[in-house]
Amino acid sequence: MKSAPDVALGPVQSGKGDPGEAEVAPEQGFMRAIARDTRLAFRSKGEVIQALVFFVVVVSLFPLAIGPETALLKRIAPGVVWVAALLSVLLTLPRLFASDYQDGTLEQLMLSPFPLPVMVAGKMGAHWLVSGLPLALIAPLLGLQFGLDSRELGVLVASLILGTPILSMLGAIGAALTLGVRGGSILVALLILPLYIPVLIFGAGAVETVAAGLDYGANLSLLGAGLLIGGLTTPFAVAAAVKISLD
Amino acid sequence: MASSAVARDLGADEFRAEGLSLSRGPRGLFKDLSFQLRRGEALILRGANGSGKTSLLRVLAGFTTPDAGALFWNQQCLKPLAITSRRLLFYVAHANAIKDELSALENLQDALRIDGVASAALSPATILHALDRVGLLSQRHLLARKLSQGQKRRIGLARLMLVDKPFWLLDEPTNALDAEGVELFAGIVNRHLAGGGMACIASHLTMPLQGTSSELKLRASA
Repeated sequence: MKSAPDVALGPVQSGKGDPGEAEVAPEQGFMRAIARDTRLAFRSKGEVIQALVFFVVVVSLFPLAIGPETALLKRIAPGVVWVAALLSVLLTLPRLFASDYQDGTLEQLMLSPFPLPVMVAGKMGAHWLVSGLPLALIAPLLGLQFGLDSRELGVLVASLILGTPILSMLGAIGAALTLGVRGGSILVALLILPLYIPVLIFGAGAVETVAAGLDYGANLSLLGAGLLIGGLTTPFAVAAAVKISLD
Repeated sequence: MASSAVARDLGADEFRAEGLSLSRGPRGLFKDLSFQLRRGEALILRGANGSGKTSLLRVLAGFTTPDAGALFWNQQCLKPLAITSRRLLFYVAHANAIKDELSALENLQDALRIDGVASAALSPATILHALDRVGLLSQRHLLARKLSQGQKRRIGLARLMLVDKPFWLLDEPTNALDAEGVELFAGIVNRHLAGGGMACIASHLTMPLQGTSSELKLRASA
């Protein structure tokens, strides 16, 4: 077993460390990356809150525009909430890598003993915590405006909790590929929105089926499957994209 | 045991660059460049602006793929960004990865966490001591956006004191540092070299480095 590292005050004899000697647990890197990015996000709260307010405002515009036609509102509710969630996540994507790219943190992540896919997975996790999860938590309030009942609201939240991490993961690929590209945020939208379509279909579909009194399990299962596949594959894709962008 | 096959092969410990070539556009930056470094040795990169110092460091770090050539660690080909090189190499460039939203202390902690320094080595006493050495102890809770360029560089110096990687690649590390900061930096590098570390430093300054240090002059060819 490795003995406790040298904690003597003053410069650690860094030269002594042989490459290959230090033990690095990937899950530790994941936790460190999540903690770091969450803290950074809370330091610039403005951006987090803006995306959330954007979501609330966009969803709230529809009842105002359409008027008190309960049946119609109820029918469009899942689609409206999900489209607004897509757009809100899209707004936050440039933040994911841009500042780390500019200040050289990405290079530090690449040379970290922790594997790059693990570190970017941590970044994606933090991104979901501050931009996807809040949408799912506030969605029931918005659903009430559309006259959704408690069962439908429950499925709406479940679909958002399963679906928004996929949005973060797919979005991270786009954000990493467009690093340093002029007009990158528009390009991200064009690249990523088509990929979001299946998530939109199954997410909104889950709420529609429960409203129609049908079994919504299939839609949620598909979202869950997408989440698992995304979780296993996108960190590698994002890591590769980051390497390409920095070459 | 943690000692893998990699650790057992460390006998001589030598870093070697062989036949590196890189061109940017029509200009060749360097061609057929070879050198080797043993433990305790430093290589100072000299050359005019645009002569390829940063590019060479990026090649050594593995970010840029050279047109030709390869890197070796103890006769073994060092694959870019593979685990051996990630444990061997430490790279700091102009952009020194300081976040304006975090305080000096938090910046140092986060950077060391990314560098893979074990949590046990990140004790408050160790970190505060390093910040004290670089003269940032009283400003440790100040957000980095309120620090001067030189003070931000000093956070980097504190990081150098604590990081646990043998081969440092430093790009203009003395930029924005005052005379005392340069001296401090030279002291840290000397300590690193004396402890068996290696360094490749691009700099315009002449630094009082002890031990074996050689210079490499880069001149971009047409």
